[in-house]
Amino acid sequence: MPHLLAETMDFVSETRCPRSLMGPRSFLLCYDATPKKCFSPPRSANLPEELLQPPPPLTPKEPGDPEPKMNWASFYAVISGVNRHSTGIGRIWLSVLFIFRILVLVVAAESVWGDEKSGFTCNTQQPGCNSVCYDHFFPISHIRLWALQLILVSTPALLVAMHVAHRRHVDKRIYKLSGRTNPKDLEQIKSQKMKITGALWWTYVISLLFRVIFEVTFMYLFYMIYPGYKMIRLVKCDSYPCPNTVDCFVSRPTEKTVFTVFMLAVSGVCILLNIAEVVFLVGKACSKHLHDAGDSSMGAWIQQKLRSL
Amino acid sequence: MSWPALYAQLVGANRHSTSLGKIWLSVLFLFRVMVLMVAAETVWGDEQSDFVCNTLQPGCENVCYDQFFPMSHIRLWCLQLVFVAAPTLLVSMYVAYRNQGDRKKLLQSSGRTGFLSSKNQEEELEALKRRRLPITGPLWWTYLFSVAAKLLFEVGFMYALYVVYDGFRMPRLVQCDQWPCPNLVDCFISRPTEKTIFTVFMATTSSICMVLNGAELAYLVTKAIAR
Repeated sequence: MPHLLAETMDFVSETRCPRSLMGPRSFLLCYDATPKKCFSPPRSANLPEELLQPPPPLTPKEPGDPEPKMNWASFYAVISGVNRHSTGIGRIWLSVLFIFRILVLVVAAESVWGDEKSGFTCNTQQPGCNSVCYDHFFPISHIRLWALQLILVSTPALLVAMHVAHRRHVDKRIYKLSGRTNPKDLEQIKSQKMKITGALWWTYVISLLFRVIFEVTFMYLFYMIYPGYKMIRLVKCDSYPCPNTVDCFVSRPTEKTVFTVFMLAVSGVCILLNIAEVVFLVGKACSKHLHDAGDSSMGAWIQQKLRSL
Repeated sequence: MSWPALYAQLVGANRHSTSLGKIWLSVLFLFRVMVLMVAAETVWGDEQSDFVCNTLQPGCENVCYDQFFPMSHIRLWCLQLVFVAAPTLLVSMYVAYRNQGDRKKLLQSSGRTGFLSSKNQEEELEALKRRRLPITGPLWWTYLFSVAAKLLFEVGFMYALYVVYDGFRMPRLVQCDQWPCPNLVDCFISRPTEKTIFTVFMATTSSICMVLNGAELAYLVTKAIAR
């Protein structure tokens, strides 16, 4: 909250606010960039001194700090644990996710978008025009959208991990109840690879469907916010306080287009991998059912075909 | 997820590589990734902020920069390194798949005979994990394909760099007349000599890697023929 107040204070100092509303500690909130749409907050918001100070800068953590960091590395550690219970296609999907999406995002894409706001130049000296136009044309940056997409797309895999943990817990209790409290047996439960059958199969397939839904939703969102997936070189902006219509130039549009298309292509590849995995699981389950149903020659043929894949 | 994590993934596959493959991995990480991370990124760090054009016209610098640098060298090299390192994972995926199949067979056979004690079985499984597979059969084809893919990506990216920047030399001055620049405008690139040096260095190490890959291909093919 304090940083939002600090930004609001900066914004307000550039607009013409009626003197009567300005007091020693009062301020106006202007969500739309016109002074007529400013309003004073309720009286109870006479905030104490501390909240009006700018927030202290974030200090980097000292080395050897026991608190775990939340960054892509710890995310990688969490998600790669799911690897063991995935199918072969699932592991390929995970590698593609880490290498072609997260790694490329961290080492390349973030530096391309690093100066997106400082490099956004408008052909005017009017203060505030740059910020307003940038905010109008880039409601959310590509980098943040991709980070959200990667997090949301990876989390259904945790459903599977939770289910496996639950099953292990149940197995442990059964072992304990049946009297086999040998620590080696309990260790064996931990290291055993779960077969994807029964309820776990349904959890896995649902998690795959969620992944596909999230990917497609984000691709659609991208298309809605940035039509055509192409980064424009020039935007014409006439929001207040820009005088008339002003030309604003985006920094590195070609490089941004290249990376947008690349991330889109890899996203498409991931969707295909997920769909292939769903088809594979459904096919495997069908062949298992046919095998269990009896010695039908059709079932044996399908089973033989799937084994040879 | 960054370069050290990628290194950790690739080092596992190193065990099943030929000696040339091991040399290639070291060259890749020492002379390319390391140099990129500690040196090249700082050289290109101010590429846009210090790209100065002889005009006060707002937007001219952005547009001229975008015209002459559609894709920055650093990003091209990052993508090149990611793509070149990825085929090695094919080999580790194949080895993991083979190990899984062999482990299943081992467990089944021990289950059938029933005489292997659990300790023996654990030792066998450990030996399975730690063994080095000979490069024959399907592993040979996977390995060959991965080396060919690496070579192809290297050549492709080198060609792309050459075509986009018309050689490996960074000019000091570019002349730009894109709208909204009025008439023809001189634009100056920051640190052109240093950038040329690093471009030539990265091109050289890329060629060394290409030569290593070519040699590895030849070695694999002659070994197969000799067999």
